[in-house]
Amino acid sequence: MSHHSPIVDISRQKAEQETLQRKSIGFWIYLMTDCVLFATLFAVFAVLRPGTAGGPSGADIFDLPFVLVETMVLLVSSFTVGLGLLAARYGYKRQAIAWLVVTFLLGITFLVMEISEFRHLIAEGDGWQRSAFLSSYFTLVATHGLHIAVGLLWMLVVIIRLIRFNFKHTDLGRLSLLSLFWHFLDVIWIFIFSIVYLMGSLS
Amino acid sequence: MKKPQLETRHHHPAYKSYVVGFILSVITTVTAYFFVVNRLLPTEALIYIILILAIIQLVVQMVFFLHIGRGSRWKTLTFVFTLLVVLIIVIGTLWIMHNLDYNMMHMSPDEVHTYMEQHEGI
Repeated sequence: MSHHSPIVDISRQKAEQETLQRKSIGFWIYLMTDCVLFATLFAVFAVLRPGTAGGPSGADIFDLPFVLVETMVLLVSSFTVGLGLLAARYGYKRQAIAWLVVTFLLGITFLVMEISEFRHLIAEGDGWQRSAFLSSYFTLVATHGLHIAVGLLWMLVVIIRLIRFNFKHTDLGRLSLLSLFWHFLDVIWIFIFSIVYLMGSLS
Repeated sequence: MKKPQLETRHHHPAYKSYVVGFILSVITTVTAYFFVVNRLLPTEALIYIILILAIIQLVVQMVFFLHIGRGSRWKTLTFVFTLLVVLIIVIGTLWIMHNLDYNMMHMSPDEVHTYMEQHEGI
């Protein structure tokens, strides 16, 4: 009994919480540097957008209804990952797993839609080698897609850990970082949707 | 150890924050889409509308999904600094490229060619 005095428990919990807070700030700073990466890609896209080299412009190749569906899928997944985190915070393990699985499926749907869009463009001869505009388009959108793919892998690990092991404080920490990452990717997508697709279709 | 009823969770502020953030995000996305697809305004006005709605949605998601301002002050501080860096990168790039002699913003390759022939004798 003496080993587990409430004071020791409380100080351990406090230490765990402090570690989590440090990790959370570290991860946040990574996300901020990622913002800078995307900022450079957006700047490149904005500069190279008129450089179609006689090839198609955004208005010729973008399928806006398709992209709207993609956007909605990602937005809903950003919502469901938040619900998953909330469920986990309240200790509802099954609900948390269910929301994460829903998020994972939506993420996969988004990625499949994006890849099919790329495949379609490449099949039409409008790949990244066609023009400066298309090079910058593929670089920007595929970098976001790569982040989504990494996020999905991470989500899979979190889901499997939740299913196989007991629910711990560290799981909650991991899940909160994952949800941060996922929300961040949706924020980046707002600008891809607005600047690349909506503005691109005006040209 | 009875688990709380599902209904009680719906009144929790954190839950509400996600719902409000989601609804506002859907509204801004669909509005921007609607304006562009139906060409409700001239192109230049549409660009402003798209940008304003994107920034509104950015603020909405930062507040309701990423909960900025709550928790650590470092989070807000680093975000504001990043915003500054991002604006310098994007606006600075566009500004410089815009002011280059043979700038890429307004001339097609053919126009650049003609310009070079007329002004530089190349």
